[in-house]
Amino acid sequence: MRVPTLREVGTEARLLLIGIPVLIWTLIPIYHMFLFAISPKQDAFAGKLWPDHPTLNNFRIVFNQQHYFLRDFWAQFGNSVVIAVAVGALTLVIATSAAFAISRLRVRGGRTVMNLALFTYFIPAAFLAVPMYRTMGNYGLLNNHWSLILAMVTIASPYAIWVLKQASDKLPLELDEAAIMDGATPLQLFRMVYVPLMLPSLVAIGTYALLLAWNEYLYAFLLLSKDTEITLPVALGNFLAADDSPWELLMTTGFIYALPPAAVYYAFRRYMVGGLTAGAVKS
Amino acid sequence: MSYIQVKGAMTAITYSTSDVPSPPLSARLSTPQVWGIVMLAPYLLVFLAFVVYPIGYGLWLARHPASYVALYNDPVFARAVVNTLIFLIIGINVKMLIALFLSGFFVQSRTWIRSLSVLFILPWAVPSIPTILSVRFMFNPEWGVINNLIFKFTGEDGPNWLNNPAMGLTLAIMVHIWKSLPFWTLILMTGRLAISNDMFEAADVDGASWWQKFRFITWPSMQTLYLTCTLLSMIWTLGDFNSVYLLTGGGPADLTHVLSTLGIRYLRLDQLDLAMASIVCAMPLVLPLVYFMMKRLSR
Repeated sequence: MRVPTLREVGTEARLLLIGIPVLIWTLIPIYHMFLFAISPKQDAFAGKLWPDHPTLNNFRIVFNQQHYFLRDFWAQFGNSVVIAVAVGALTLVIATSAAFAISRLRVRGGRTVMNLALFTYFIPAAFLAVPMYRTMGNYGLLNNHWSLILAMVTIASPYAIWVLKQASDKLPLELDEAAIMDGATPLQLFRMVYVPLMLPSLVAIGTYALLLAWNEYLYAFLLLSKDTEITLPVALGNFLAADDSPWELLMTTGFIYALPPAAVYYAFRRYMVGGLTAGAVKS
Repeated sequence: MSYIQVKGAMTAITYSTSDVPSPPLSARLSTPQVWGIVMLAPYLLVFLAFVVYPIGYGLWLARHPASYVALYNDPVFARAVVNTLIFLIIGINVKMLIALFLSGFFVQSRTWIRSLSVLFILPWAVPSIPTILSVRFMFNPEWGVINNLIFKFTGEDGPNWLNNPAMGLTLAIMVHIWKSLPFWTLILMTGRLAISNDMFEAADVDGASWWQKFRFITWPSMQTLYLTCTLLSMIWTLGDFNSVYLLTGGGPADLTHVLSTLGIRYLRLDQLDLAMASIVCAMPLVLPLVYFMMKRLSR
């Protein structure tokens, strides 16, 4: 084995000097949450790096809904799932057909629609929240899951359309021409040529919309209010309202809530990092 | 695939050999155009019902000059504007500079650095609510782990972190940086990886220092990307509701509000016109950025 030179050791040490603080900075809030989740109540506040008696009891309490704050846990979990899946599916349908119309059918005014969508994408959602809340009230949709689903579809669609349009612009036009020569109607073109070829992008965009809806707090907390109708993040926020809220259970619930998106994210890491995000700042 | 190709070729031959004139242009164009409108309709409906209508309705609610006078006289509004500027200027520059630096760190080819980069994107991958609440508990004056440690080592009570407006805003900025740093580091990494290695090798031959390599090779090819990232980050930071609202709730005494949380504050106080007016007041900051980003993306 080659003995490393002093210079190489120095470089490695300097890299470690950056890497270790980065690791600590990244993990502290997550580890803190995890520590609470596996600690019994009396251990959780002791400020130890590892509990004396790690336990999964908190998870049992959450899953069995054995606390005042958790009595609707499964209903809220279900709400989160239903809303996220609905937003993912609806966004996919709306955005795919819009991107097809703009990019492949070259519908008149398509470019204008694309620009309007981009405009919506760049307006921060937090500024649209108050008018959206009033609008849902006017439509009579408040406290109805549809209000959150439609609001999230509105927020997710612009970026979805933009990404799908970029991807479909890259498909060769000859494919469409060949299909049209064969007498394919636009709908057949869409079903038999376009969707199969776009499948990877569609998976990425569906995941994007799904995660956006699962993670949303502001709109969920404005638009839904009944304990059995709210989503998990709103329930987590409600813990804060009381002074005696059980932190270890809140952190356990938060941990359970954070797991599915983290898992999905890591499973689709290539798409999420490479394809989806880089597109936003492509120069 | 081959079936389609063969069928396509046959159709092409039929067309070229027969003397039947092709159908008029309008007939050939109209079907796709009609379908195009049909397929665009769902998004247009969503856009009309949930973007155009809310914006129009909001502007209508914010039409009274009196709302703006009231807003101007509300010290919470002035404080929120100042907080927003502090949040933007410090938060974005610190975040982007660290991201620029770390992107240089993460492009080093080492196995352990690659493993670290997988962990590094965790803040971006997990939802913000549980992690922000986790930070909030860490800084709880009585039971939080930070003050527990301070008490253990010094025997004195730690400060009441989130009850101090300056500290609260600082922590909110730190939470914001914690959450979004991985994303911008990844984006800047793609910028660094796009630079040809030949240039660095040539610079090494010429004996260029680390700083010279950055100054004359890395920076010139990354400055456009860096600027775009900064501007996009500005829009997203302006809209960061969670970092402030879930950490400090705008408190103490409404001193840590930013423009994105202010609308919700007025809504909760049932002052809808003020809520809308405060959002309208944020537009001079938002719209130029939106315009610039749209220009960049639709090129």
